[in-house]
Order: sequence, then C-alpha cells, then structure tokens
Amino acid sequence: MSIEVNGKTFETDEEGYLADLNQWEPDVATAMAKEEGSELTDAHWEVINFLREYYEEYQIAPAVRVLTKAIGKKLGKDKGNSKYLYELFPYGPAKQACKYAGLPKPTGCV
Amino acid sequence: MADYEVPELKEYLQVPEPREHVTNHIAPFFAKPDHQADLGFPGELIDNWQEVAINKMGDLLGKYRSFKLFLDICVHCGACTDKCHYYLGTTDANNMPVARQELLRKVYRRYFTFAGKYFPKLVGATDLTKEVLDDWYSYFHQCSQCRRCSVFCPYGIDTAEISMAAREIMDAVGVGQKYCNEIIAKVFKIGNNLGLPQPALADTLEGLEEDIEDDTGVKVRLPLDEKGADILLITPSADFFAEPHVDGLMGYAKVFHEAGVSWTLSSEASEAANFGMFIGSYENMRKLSLRIRKAALDLGVKRIVFGECGHAWRVAYSFLNTLAGPFDFLDQNYPIPQHICEFTYDLLKENKLRMNKEANDDMTITFHDSCNVARGAGMGGFEGGQFVIPREVIKASCNNYYDMNDDTILDATFCCGGGGGLLTDDLMEIRVKGAMPRMQALKQVTEEYGVTNLAAICAICKSQFAKTLPYFGFRMDQIVSVHQLVSNAIVLKGSEQEAELDGTAGEDGEAENA
Repeated sequence: MSIEVNGKTFETDEEGYLADLNQWEPDVATAMAKEEGSELTDAHWEVINFLREYYEEYQIAPAVRVLTKAIGKKLGKDKGNSKYLYELFPYGPAKQACKYAGLPKPTGCV
Repeated sequence: MADYEVPELKEYLQVPEPREHVTNHIAPFFAKPDHQADLGFPGELIDNWQEVAINKMGDLLGKYRSFKLFLDICVHCGACTDKCHYYLGTTDANNMPVARQELLRKVYRRYFTFAGKYFPKLVGATDLTKEVLDDWYSYFHQCSQCRRCSVFCPYGIDTAEISMAAREIMDAVGVGQKYCNEIIAKVFKIGNNLGLPQPALADTLEGLEEDIEDDTGVKVRLPLDEKGADILLITPSADFFAEPHVDGLMGYAKVFHEAGVSWTLSSEASEAANFGMFIGSYENMRKLSLRIRKAALDLGVKRIVFGECGHAWRVAYSFLNTLAGPFDFLDQNYPIPQHICEFTYDLLKENKLRMNKEANDDMTITFHDSCNVARGAGMGGFEGGQFVIPREVIKASCNNYYDMNDDTILDATFCCGGGGGLLTDDLMEIRVKGAMPRMQALKQVTEEYGVTNLAAICAICKSQFAKTLPYFGFRMDQIVSVHQLVSNAIVLKGSEQEAELDGTAGEDGEAENA
C-alpha cells in the first residue's frame, strides 16, 4: 500500500502507517487526515509535533499519560486528559495520532 | 461507526440459528517474513506445505496426548454449540466449538485414522487443501482460546488446545499471524510487547511517581532494575502505556509502598504477557518465560509478583515452573509466583491497609472474570480463590458492588472478545461481535442495579472493553482496573487523604506533619 502526496509516493503498511518514518513530512499528515475526513488544526499539530519529538528521543510513542501531561502543560490543565485527545483523534490518540505523525503503530495489549 | 452489523443487545441472551459462512471473510493480517524468521518459522507459505503440515500434526499428536484424545473422543453431543461468544455474536456455524474442532478433526481423520485413510467419504474425512487451510486461518483466529466451551463439554474437550495446535501447524508452513508474531519478536529484541526501551520506561515511571506525589503528597516509588530488591514485579507493558491499565499500576505501587516492601520492575523482563501460548509454540513460550527467570536471578530478588494480566497468570500459575524452573533460589515461604491480588488480599486480611471506600462512591462496580484466570489458573491456594480474591479486593475498595448473571461469571464467564491474540484492529469485526454476550450481561446489571463500571484484572480485557463498549452504547472509560479501585481507596500514611479523613489537614489541604 502507499499514499500519494504532492506527487510523491509514500509506502505504507496494510493499515496506512508510514513504512519509513524518516520520509515523513507535514503534508503527509494533512493528507492522511483528509482521507479519514478530518482537517488538522493547531490543536492536532501540538499533539503530532509532541509525538515526533518524543519518538526522536525515546524511539517509541509516549504512553497516554505522558502525552496528556505534556499537552496539559502546554495548553492548560483542562486539556491534559484523554477525553480531550479523543475529541481530536476519535480513533485514539495512540493509534490515529501516531499514524499522522509517521510513527509506527503501538503494538501489544493496547 | 462500523461497516458491519453490530449485534443488538436484547433483554436476555438468545441462541441464534446457525448460518453458513457469515464470517469466513474475517482473517488477520499475515506476519511478515522477517517476523516469522525471528520466531524460527518459514517466511511465507512453503511449496511442500501439505506434507509439512501433516508431519507437524503427527508430531503434535505424538507430543501432546491431550490433543490426540480431544480429536478422538468427541461424540457430537452438541453441548458446546451455544457456549461460544463468537458463535452467539456472529451466528456463523463454524464458530460453534464442535464445528471449529471439526475443521481440524476432518483432516486428522483423513491422514491418521484407518477409516479416514481408506473410506474418507464415509467418515467425513477431508484432504488438506488450500481451502481448508484458509478456513483454518480464518476460524482459528475467531477463537480466543477462552475455554468456556470446555466447561460445558461432558468430555472436557478443550478447543483452545486444538486452536493452539492449528496455529502451530500454520506457523510451521509459513502462515503466521502478524499481531502475535510481530509482538513476540519485539519481546525478544526489546523486552516487551510494546517495544518500550529502557529510557522510555524510566521516563514513564518517573512521571507516574510525580503524579502520585501530586495526588497524595507522598513519595511513592516505581523502581526500575534495582538490584537487591525483595520483589520483582512482572506486569503487562500495557500497564505502562494505556488507560485504565496505568491506574492499576499506580495502585500496585501504592500497595507495595504501604506494605513497606522493597520491589522493582525489570526493563529486560518488562512484559508479563506470553503470546507464545496463543500461537501454541512451546519453544517461544519457554524463551519468553526464561526472560523472567534471568531477570529474577540478575536482580537477586526473593519473590516474583505478577500484575493484572490474564493469560500471563495462566502461564505463570500453571506452567512457569516447567518452562523456566526450578525457582529454588526464591523465598519458599511465599507463593511462586504470586498474583498482585493475592498480595493485596493478604494485607487487607491482616488489616495492614487503610481503605476509604467512599473514594469510589461515584461508581457501582461489577467484576468481569477474565477467562485465563477463571478457567486456567487459581489463586490463594484454595478452590475458587481466583473468583473470591479479586472480588474481596474490590469490595474492600468500594461500597457498591453487584455480580453479573450467574451463567456469565466465575468459570462460566464470557470472554471479553479480544483474548487469545485477537486484540488487533484487523479483527475488529470479530472483537465487536464476540463482545456481545458480555455486553448483554453488563446491560442487565446496569439496568437492574445501576452498575456504572466494569472492573477487570487483564490488560487485554481492559483494552478490548475500552474499544468495544462504545459500540454497545456505553462509554469507553466504564472499564477500570481492579487496582485502580484500590489506588483510589487506599489511604497512604502521611498523605493528604489521611489528613483530611482525620481532620488534621491545614488550610491548604495538606497534612500538617507531612
């Protein structure tokens, strides 16, 4: 499978996760969101950018609690919870947001 | 919400008319060649697959007497037919346990019995064709190996073992399931199902310590790789990562803190789950278990305690000594291994924990018995301990508790719908349909007793419910960890909660002497 963005082809796995994390560019996220019928706002980008920074440092997506805490610190305590994140990413912050950010899908009992 | 029909919750559970091939389109993604190789399996379907599969079946028949017995003794009485949650949720005839077994049994008959070899048509014996293999791949991944059917079988035939054997045969010919096999490879490489490396784990645990201190004013530690600790906690990596799992992990930490014991997690054995069991692979199951032994030896611990993980507890309780024993280097005065619920239960019995049940008054709880704990293990060293102990821990933590219907709990419990290696998005349809019987029972206690939350002691159950509850009109956060309830209720010495209860809090709500 693959996704076309700005005339470039990006390889993905069966579920649409980018095959090569290093190929990622912001327009990929925008295109993936569009395919799923949503538009990325600044609020979405806060999450996506944090995911990428965290992955850069730790080679894994952040735990839900690490993510909510970081977002809470940045955007205010009322937004530092998974309810807010699920409003942004209805299919789950860990899975949907990771996909947009070009990260591999978290595996396991999650 | 879904492009398939979500089963409707009726007033009571109805047994549907069986239909043919309703869910034969459901099958998980295939494992990639490199994940197959990591586990010692061929990368993709091999050329002489029929021959290898039959040989593998013969090998298993020789190795596991139970497997041969289960294939031989079924009398097709039909007692199992309406006992599988996947049958009840899909109405597909092949999801009746006897029919699921028959997919393999008809091939067994063809190659391993006299009548099947010479008069196949007379005895319903079938060649192992590609169509049969496809059916295996589909329907043996629509079985969560929950063993509910075996409870009702007069002969005790265990479909889970047949399912495991089928998956093992398929792996041997290069047809593996992506979800399980990718994850097992990840444990070998990184130490847990998630692929959470040590620095990320350390960072996550540090964050949890901060959170507990913010909530209670007490420094409760979540130590990692600490040599010389008394207890090694082996818990599913979902406990570090997901909700409501992490709330349970904080509960264990508080219990250990209050008990005054020294404990540690291990980054090398940072996973309780053992997916080797799901794919029926003794070798992989053993390799996964040996990581725990190694961590216990390296860290020099005296005890091993398991966190809330269903199938991990079955492997730990029933097989760990065979797989990775002897554990003669551990303190023999304690159960080897011990379940976190046993640990907490003992402290409660000795009145060593102060519990403020009112902290959970916003909830009315019911308990979901996880299949591998209920039907594959014990607890506390007395019969039925695995049913009593988690309930006692819950009841010590909250004021409002009700059980679901008798035929849906204890050893007749319904699987969450996501066990046995099925907890993956590519199997969402079967997961939603298989959740129906449990959801039906939940609906009933919701209406009768005003139950608001479902508690569980299994990472798979928790993730499965968080995902499937909304399909049935519930909220995702209605699933809670048992030790989350403990965490809410436990009153730590020197905490803000203690000060508030005892009326010694200062104006800012903090304990004056803390």
